[in-house]
Amino acid sequence: MINKNIQTPDPISSPEKREQETEIISGSEILIRSLLAEGVDTMFGYPGGAIMPVFDALYDHKQSIKHILVRHEQCAVHAAQGYARVSQKVGVALVTSGPGATNTITGITDAMMDSTPLVVISGQVVSSLLGSDAFQEADVIGVTQPITKWVYQIRRVEDIAWAVSKAFYIASSGRPGPVVLDIAKDAQVNKCAYSYQKTRFLRSYQPVPDVDETQIKMAAELINNAKKPLALVGQGVVLGNAEEELRDFLEKADIPFGSTILGLSAMPTDHPLNFGMLGMHGNVAPNMKTNECDVLIAIGMRFDDRVTGDLKTYAKQAKVIHFDIDPAEFNKNVKTTVKVSGDAKQTLPLVTALLEEKSHEEWKSEFKPYVEKEFDCIIKQELYPENGGEIKMGEVVRKVTEATNNKAICVTDVGQHQMMSTRYFKFSQSRSMVTSGGLGTMGFGLPAGIGAKYGAPDRTVCIFVGDGGLQMTIQEFGTIMEYGVNVKIILLNNDYLGMVRQWQELFFEERYSETHLKNPDFIKIADAYHIKGRKVTKRDELDGAIAEMLAHDGAYLLEVKVETKGMVYPMIPSGGCVTNILLGNGNTL
Amino acid sequence: MDDNKTLYTITIFSENTVGVLNQITTIFTRRQLNIETLSVSPSAIKGIHKFTITTFTDDENVMKKLVSLIDKRVDILKAYYNTDEDLVHQELALYKLSTEKVLAHGSIEYLVRKYNVRILEVSNDCVVFLKAGHYEETQGLFEELAESIGVLQFVRSGRIAITKSKVERLSDMLAKRERENQEK
Repeated sequence: MINKNIQTPDPISSPEKREQETEIISGSEILIRSLLAEGVDTMFGYPGGAIMPVFDALYDHKQSIKHILVRHEQCAVHAAQGYARVSQKVGVALVTSGPGATNTITGITDAMMDSTPLVVISGQVVSSLLGSDAFQEADVIGVTQPITKWVYQIRRVEDIAWAVSKAFYIASSGRPGPVVLDIAKDAQVNKCAYSYQKTRFLRSYQPVPDVDETQIKMAAELINNAKKPLALVGQGVVLGNAEEELRDFLEKADIPFGSTILGLSAMPTDHPLNFGMLGMHGNVAPNMKTNECDVLIAIGMRFDDRVTGDLKTYAKQAKVIHFDIDPAEFNKNVKTTVKVSGDAKQTLPLVTALLEEKSHEEWKSEFKPYVEKEFDCIIKQELYPENGGEIKMGEVVRKVTEATNNKAICVTDVGQHQMMSTRYFKFSQSRSMVTSGGLGTMGFGLPAGIGAKYGAPDRTVCIFVGDGGLQMTIQEFGTIMEYGVNVKIILLNNDYLGMVRQWQELFFEERYSETHLKNPDFIKIADAYHIKGRKVTKRDELDGAIAEMLAHDGAYLLEVKVETKGMVYPMIPSGGCVTNILLGNGNTL
Repeated sequence: MDDNKTLYTITIFSENTVGVLNQITTIFTRRQLNIETLSVSPSAIKGIHKFTITTFTDDENVMKKLVSLIDKRVDILKAYYNTDEDLVHQELALYKLSTEKVLAHGSIEYLVRKYNVRILEVSNDCVVFLKAGHYEETQGLFEELAESIGVLQFVRSGRIAITKSKVERLSDMLAKRERENQEK
């Protein structure tokens, strides 16, 4: 029999009882108090007509909520992303309707791809004008629905508190993601009683799937019988705060591993089982071993095409164990033998408990030749160039990370410098890698770095940018100036859109179509914003300049003129087999 | 219709909120799937809507991925797919015919018996037939009427379907989730 008696909670009256209904206040005041109830103390935004009542209410709460006025709405979202990625909190961006909201699209998409918890609040025209092509009206719900975890348009003041509560719950639970709240101006202005209850349950939404004991046992059995296990560590470990659980798991069964770009800081770079980064510009050993291992253990990663290359030739010999919180990731790209659904913090210890203590010395020793080959053919020249010549990106990155005792947060933009940063920056603690992984958003670095500094004010934030990407969001020098944001910006300037130039050299017969940039004097621009800067063109100035940058109390732009035609190697050509690795300079594996 | 492709029926239960259909169709669009039929109505449980969607594909894996992506949306309670063998399914079709031509044609009894037609309306101008059945059946009647009498208007509903097998009922799933929430 169908049970018709299940009660549907009325969204307006739920959470069920409103006992503390006392004060009648405006929607804007309700919004701010709701944000405070969610523990928000920092947000990034830009005012405009349809969100003015909220900014007005914010004026009374300056002591409790720090609002950072960025210089472009895209950067409000990127800053919120940087903030969320290092702090474990939900990033909040506040923008106006129409162009304010559409400017956030890139950042929201980026956050969706990289599973970053965000709540983006946009103003909207008054509800009576909705759908009439009113001034600064845009169909924000329609536009953002495919690129968010959840969106909601608030048209009535009564809906603000529960919608905010629901938004924070959805953004931060399960696999995190961005949520958009689009608030009509009349809802901001109208008044109603305020009470707030945190959302902890939605019947249509199961953030963490049930753990299947059978799969746990099967996973442990496979690993116990494996001769050549290889683990792939993804951002899910970081998002689930499962770094310790991962370490126990890997060490007990002595499993060598590689990391995705977003999983890089989950384990220390110098951990003996860490063989580096996976994928297109990753390290040779973990990529080669992907197609030699007998059991491949993916933990909180999604087999992005930049990691796998051609799926038809990817790890075909291996049985695949996939740990993930999102059931839609299982079998999406790579066929899985054992699906371990659930939160890694919960599932990893369950499997670890069933593991036998193992030693895989022979298997690990097979990694060594690849490690040595990569060092000889690529790393040595990149980090310790013997014959002088132009400064290499890799050596700058390595000098910076070592000057911070590998304790800094590494924020990057997108392109060659990004790959060099991920390859040569060293990590000693988690949540230290902030980069646009899935979407590859140029212009991400500078604003994300600002956000990261607010998310982790006690840590050194090093932003690596290229000359292309920096100019996409260079106006954020204004934000840095206004708030005195102490970020260290390392501009690796080759006067080219380097990664595109690299592809043109390799795959487009050196036809350098629209990749050379005639660049401004970046130090002068920084100077105009009262940001201290220095340009380095000679190798012997580098150490001194880095020391000066780190010692300086405040933001600093270190521009390094790097090799014009530098190449990022190794490289697995797009769509190629994971073992088809180009080493450059005529070297072959 | 492609001979190599199978028709899949996707059943979705959702909260009755604005924009759910948009969320669902976006997922079809990204996977380059064309919706053949669509039927939406309130389900047996108050506040929950049921979608029945049919689509062709030659790869069951596409269906698995599609359903998991739909299921993942916050406002969706449950999504699954079936092929015709698993289902009892039905469509409705309405046919408007000219009364004059129907009378001239003569053999209404033949049509009613052969196609199990119900007559909903007879006026001076028109007669309206109702036929319930599978696509082939409603289409068969349409073709015969179009040839013999001429059809003034024709409309066919999306498919509705229920599964033959014993599947987990939505009400059980909801009760389980509510129970787990209480225990937390």
